[in-house]
Amino acid sequence: MAAFQEKPLGFFTDTSICIGCKACEVACKEWNQLEGNAPKFTADSFDNTGQLDAQNWRHVQFVEQVPDNTGLIPTPTPIAGGQAWLMMSDVCKHCKEASCLEVCPTNAIMRTEFDTVFIQSDVCNGCRNCISACPYGVIGFDEQKGVAQKCTLCYDRLQIGMQPACAKACPTESIKFGYVDDLHQVADQRLAALQQAGYKKAQLYGRDTKVYGGLNAFFLLMDKPEVYSLPNEANATLPSRNNLPGYVGGVATAVIGLIAGLVAFRNGRMNGNGPNNTRPHA
Amino acid sequence: MTGAEHFAAPPEWQWWILGYFFFGGLAGGSYALGTLLRFGGDPRDELAARIAFIASFIALIPCPIFLTVDLGQPLRFWHMLLDTGPDGGLAFKPWSPMSLGSWALLAFGLFSFVSFVGALAEGGQLRAASGLARALRGGAGLAWNAIGTVLGLFICAYTGVLLAVSNQAVWSDAAWALGGMFLASALAGATALLLFLGRSRRDVDADTAYRLEVADRYFVLLEALLIAIFLVTVAVAGTIAKVLGVWIVLWLVVLLGLAAPFLSARARTWPPLAAPLLALLGVLALRALVIFSAQT
Ligand code: SF4
Ligand code: SF4
Repeated sequence: MAAFQEKPLGFFTDTSICIGCKACEVACKEWNQLEGNAPKFTADSFDNTGQLDAQNWRHVQFVEQVPDNTGLIPTPTPIAGGQAWLMMSDVCKHCKEASCLEVCPTNAIMRTEFDTVFIQSDVCNGCRNCISACPYGVIGFDEQKGVAQKCTLCYDRLQIGMQPACAKACPTESIKFGYVDDLHQVADQRLAALQQAGYKKAQLYGRDTKVYGGLNAFFLLMDKPEVYSLPNEANATLPSRNNLPGYVGGVATAVIGLIAGLVAFRNGRMNGNGPNNTRPHA
Repeated sequence: MTGAEHFAAPPEWQWWILGYFFFGGLAGGSYALGTLLRFGGDPRDELAARIAFIASFIALIPCPIFLTVDLGQPLRFWHMLLDTGPDGGLAFKPWSPMSLGSWALLAFGLFSFVSFVGALAEGGQLRAASGLARALRGGAGLAWNAIGTVLGLFICAYTGVLLAVSNQAVWSDAAWALGGMFLASALAGATALLLFLGRSRRDVDADTAYRLEVADRYFVLLEALLIAIFLVTVAVAGTIAKVLGVWIVLWLVVLLGLAAPFLSARARTWPPLAAPLLALLGVLALRALVIFSAQT
């Protein structure tokens, strides 16, 4: 198989045609030899995976905005007459400006020749700083291996010209794989078609540079990003934004603290204050 | 104004990290106090300065141990310093507080250790190092302690910046406050520790102890101000509910720790070690509630 060119590769996940079959989750686990977490009976959702983590590198989210027992819709979404059952196969976004990569102290997280974000498991020491930084809750800590894990965009498959396992398995082609530039065009056409059909809330997420400089794994959503637990533009911020205020606050406090200490140690003594000031002053 | 949205997963930093934040703060704060006493006080403060330098290094000893044990791969602790990936070289990323902090901890360890040895020699417990003790007295000593103090204060504060440089609720919402708040509380905690040690030994100059009590109250006021800024910033971000609820219990411990130096100064009937112990407990509680509340 022809190897891929060294150009940005990624996913375009079109949530409007996801049927929630979880074939992507299964294919990912099979290829990447992920055992999965112990099954949990949630009883209130079709989502029994729960979240992205060390064992779940694809997670089919179910946004179940269907009427509850009283017939009320907790958070109505007017895409289907006020009722909606949204599904999204979530994954690492392979951000162009990646929060995880920014903070990783060991350089275990690197950018590949395909512009994807990859954790080198032999370099990672399990400090979990990346978990604290990823705004999408993508990375999980593998207790057995003692390292952080997430979607690799099937880096091993890419290197031999094979597409990622999830995209290959997806029966509806909700997950499309390819060069990011090409995927952008496909996404634009699909969005235009949906909007013409009356789905006014349909929108692309991560297609442009407003969210983390653009996402190599971007989405077509049927509602606001927040509905899918994705931060909106205003909240898509890099951890490093807090370096300056953090250190400025620290330095200001240090200066005030040192002055306060000096005042306490020198001033009172020079004034001859104190409970036991019988000896000559310094 | 709408609040901040957070969808980040918790890094599960728990007890080891709490232990590091606590002892790291005491180590850095004690070093700064030792320097202030030695070069800002008078010769009568020298014993307290020596105790501060010794306490600083002893408090520092568990820090790398706690940090290493907390790693998923403890034997790879050195990956914090050397890049074992394809690029090789040093793993040094100044924009990552964890990376910068690893280097600072290493450097501070050197300064704290040398000052510890110097303090022992000065006190006659390590005569072999009396040359070092002499060297640390003059201008070179001042320079050494000044650099050590900068590093020590960095250790106190960067832990707060490390939490803030994330996308976690509370932590990333309180960037202006966290570093300063941890630093002020470390100074208050180190002063409480020194008062505790001084009162236990009973040989620290009474006047020095009085100055330390005054300094302690200044540091506590500074800490209280930063706690107020912290609460305001998380309230503005809409995440204050995370640090309330069951965490009120820890806030009460923090409040008691803040009030202890003032209450004990007014009612001199307090047992001498009570106020410093309560203050230290408050320092621990403050870190515990910041670390744990954001992750639940
Ligand atoms: S989604 Fe999270 S884990 Fe993936 S590249 Fe972005 S920050 Fe890193
Ligand atoms: S857990 Fe591993 S990948 Fe994540 S920040 Fe730490 S060293 Fe980097």
